[in-house]
Amino acid sequence: MSILSALRRLAIVAIPALLLATLPVRAEVQFQQITSPQGIKAWLVEDYAVPIVTIRFAFEGGTTQDPAGKEGVTNLLTYLFDEGAGDFDSDAFQIALDAAGAEMSFAADLDAVYGSMRMLADNKDEALDLLKLAIEAPRFDQNPVDRMRAQVLSAIAMSAQNPATAAEKLWTETLFGDHPYARPVDGTAETLPGITPADLRAQHKALFARDNLHVAIVGAIDAEAAAATLDLLFGALPAEASLVPVADIAPVLGQDLQVEYPLPQTSIYMAYPGITHTDPQYFAAALMNEILGGGSVLSRLTDEVREKRGLTYGVSSSLLNQQHANALVVGTATRADRAAETLEVIKSVIARLAAEGPTEAELASAKKYTIGSAALQEMSSSQAIAGTLIGLQLWDLDIDYLPRREELINAVTVEDVKAVAARLLGVKPTIMLLGPKAAP
Amino acid sequence: MILRSALALTMGAMMCAGAWAQAAPSEAEVVSFTLENGLEVVVIPDRRAPIVTHMVWYKVGSADEQPGKSGIAHFLEHLMFKGTARHPAGEMDRVIAEIGGYTNAFTTKDVTVYHQTVPPDYLDEMMDFEADRMRGLVLTEDVIGAERDVVIEERNQRVDVSPQALLAEETAATAYQNHPYRLPTIGWLHEMEQLNRADAVAFYDRYYAPNNAVLVVAGDVEPDDVRTLAQATYGQVPRGPDLPPRIRPAEPHYDTARRVTLRDPRVSVPSFAKGWITPTYRMAEPGEAEALDLLSEILGGGLRSRLYQELVVKSGIASGAGASYDGGAYDPSSFTLFGVPQGEHSLEEVEAAIDAEVARLVRDGVTAEELDAAKMRYVRSLIFARDEQSSMADIYGSRLANDGTIADVAEWPDRIRAVTSEQVQAVAAKYLDPSVSVTGYLLPSDNGAQ
Repeated sequence: MSILSALRRLAIVAIPALLLATLPVRAEVQFQQITSPQGIKAWLVEDYAVPIVTIRFAFEGGTTQDPAGKEGVTNLLTYLFDEGAGDFDSDAFQIALDAAGAEMSFAADLDAVYGSMRMLADNKDEALDLLKLAIEAPRFDQNPVDRMRAQVLSAIAMSAQNPATAAEKLWTETLFGDHPYARPVDGTAETLPGITPADLRAQHKALFARDNLHVAIVGAIDAEAAAATLDLLFGALPAEASLVPVADIAPVLGQDLQVEYPLPQTSIYMAYPGITHTDPQYFAAALMNEILGGGSVLSRLTDEVREKRGLTYGVSSSLLNQQHANALVVGTATRADRAAETLEVIKSVIARLAAEGPTEAELASAKKYTIGSAALQEMSSSQAIAGTLIGLQLWDLDIDYLPRREELINAVTVEDVKAVAARLLGVKPTIMLLGPKAAP
Repeated sequence: MILRSALALTMGAMMCAGAWAQAAPSEAEVVSFTLENGLEVVVIPDRRAPIVTHMVWYKVGSADEQPGKSGIAHFLEHLMFKGTARHPAGEMDRVIAEIGGYTNAFTTKDVTVYHQTVPPDYLDEMMDFEADRMRGLVLTEDVIGAERDVVIEERNQRVDVSPQALLAEETAATAYQNHPYRLPTIGWLHEMEQLNRADAVAFYDRYYAPNNAVLVVAGDVEPDDVRTLAQATYGQVPRGPDLPPRIRPAEPHYDTARRVTLRDPRVSVPSFAKGWITPTYRMAEPGEAEALDLLSEILGGGLRSRLYQELVVKSGIASGAGASYDGGAYDPSSFTLFGVPQGEHSLEEVEAAIDAEVARLVRDGVTAEELDAAKMRYVRSLIFARDEQSSMADIYGSRLANDGTIADVAEWPDRIRAVTSEQVQAVAAKYLDPSVSVTGYLLPSDNGAQ
């Protein structure tokens, strides 16, 4: 059996009962789309091998939704869901969660607030009741709000003198100007003190709704129980979120930045234009990125910079896709006295790929790698499967995207990659160097 | 970023602290056997997805290096990707890349591990590659220099740019006065620069053999098929010379409290970590390592721990505080407490409060409720660990490579459940003596921070 046939077996089924008739020779991962009695949709993978249930969800609208002057409020919100909900204060909630045998976590990025719970199947009712409380009725008591704010402030203070902090700020502000993407996700020492429990309540109310919700459930739970879980957890939320519109933005390129600091290495950051998931050239770009500096160890950058010259421990490129911005970024860290040489090698590798495109052999390898690695990485655990399913939903992709993706990848030609390489890599990038002053 | 040949700087990264606690519960299906050439094999069926994890654990790490050759175990790990007579450099990478598989390796103080994650139909090919390079590595002079530059850049990237990592390195070198755990696994720079082909070949010839390795296969496979494939590949590799028992220089008796201080302008909030050398599962008195794991959980394992509740929640003097215990190492390893002050509070206040919590626990012991809660969290983590195929493989591999057995892993939850309050109090009293501790302080430079 090849990986291609393995991928094909990521079948989509509507009626799981039919599967019981034919036991698979090898493991299969079956995706189901479910809709709750109240109309909440989710994707489900039933798996009874380990007595665990994992649920992950995302509410669109992340830290870009922080009101001006209240930067950090959405991030701080995610610290407070296990600090008291409903009738339970912080202490009582954590003790109950522990007794229920569950782990709960929340996080935010620029585009969404994410939550997850991993629970033992036997105790899932107790655990889900607590998750429901956390989602629906977090308390934001002053004491835990102050404590969590202090922790965020402490983390900001701890990194304040690190040159990488200054470099990242410069990098983000250069690429995104005054767009919300340039604002600090954690907030700042100036904005955090002004955030009140009322601000947190308002942000929770604005973001936690049913029309911006995505859910994935994986584990020892059937479709009916999973559907009931959706209503239990999310049924009482407002129907609609109140999100501030966020504009799409193209990162500012063509800039040369330098942060001087006496370090033993120089870090090199480069940003080129990116590409959206819906662009017809998207898969050509994804394959081009693999050939340039992607996840396989066979990339041109790894070969030239690490294997042939020993200039670095690692060099890579990746396509960054956010809801409102895309970029292709290249990064490495190299010995400071050869930073200029390293940058030149990287530039020449990029220039050659932009001008000539890939070889047939390279493209064939990249296709196999991309198809195979996606299947392995996306299925390695319940957490990974649930994360994959949430990711697809955030990109408005259908549940049949995974099996279809293989076809789309295989259709890409050398000419397609050459064209997209010229489009993305033929542009002058923004480059930032962090390290000691370059020798004259 | 691709970081092939990831280096686990301590046993920490994959096997200790919380992670070692993630031993899988009893698995009736786990099968083990030993080939005639001495290779131990363990098969862990996991049929949730068409994936298999294949790992070879060599029982050699940086603590087995000859004096003056620090870093050779890890350097050889990199060189193992440079090809054999049958499979030239890059061929294995290409095959794995083309099937979308994943390969990597890591070195710790006690083991060197090579692993691949692939669809099950490629398991035989992975076995062929690993068996071939177990004795067939061809090292030419011309690959040495560039790869040595790579590991030096790895040291730069992981240690020399990080005040935290530099302090941890110096603290270990101070904690261990005689045992080679004092050496950094990546190596001291001045010794790394001198490593050569002869060193690498000598190390390889001595330690890389089926009778010094454990093969772990976890995934969508049948144990009988694995046995057949292992026999056809690894079974053809000749046994190497018998290795003498691993007896490393033991630590002397200590009676000092030592302090290591690093000031760095990049540090704006001070922090500290106080550690003690403690026995690990392999050589602890019965029940002691389990009690140390629960002590770590009760004192500093997360939000419900004593340090977090007392220092962060109640008094608010710390923004963070916790504990870790590395019970997975071969020889005595460490129990560590750490803290970071909050706002205007000083590092001295935090350290005094942590000392006071240790003293209180030694004096009054732990309650039945907190011991039960700690056990429950612990055993739960064992079940959650089964959700990740590679973490299951890690648990078995590290246990077996450290002279443990499959039964040790299977009995693990019951051994945790059997620990008494008296045992927890006893190990605290026995090992956490402030007058023989080693403490590392990370401080802002005198003229650095505000």
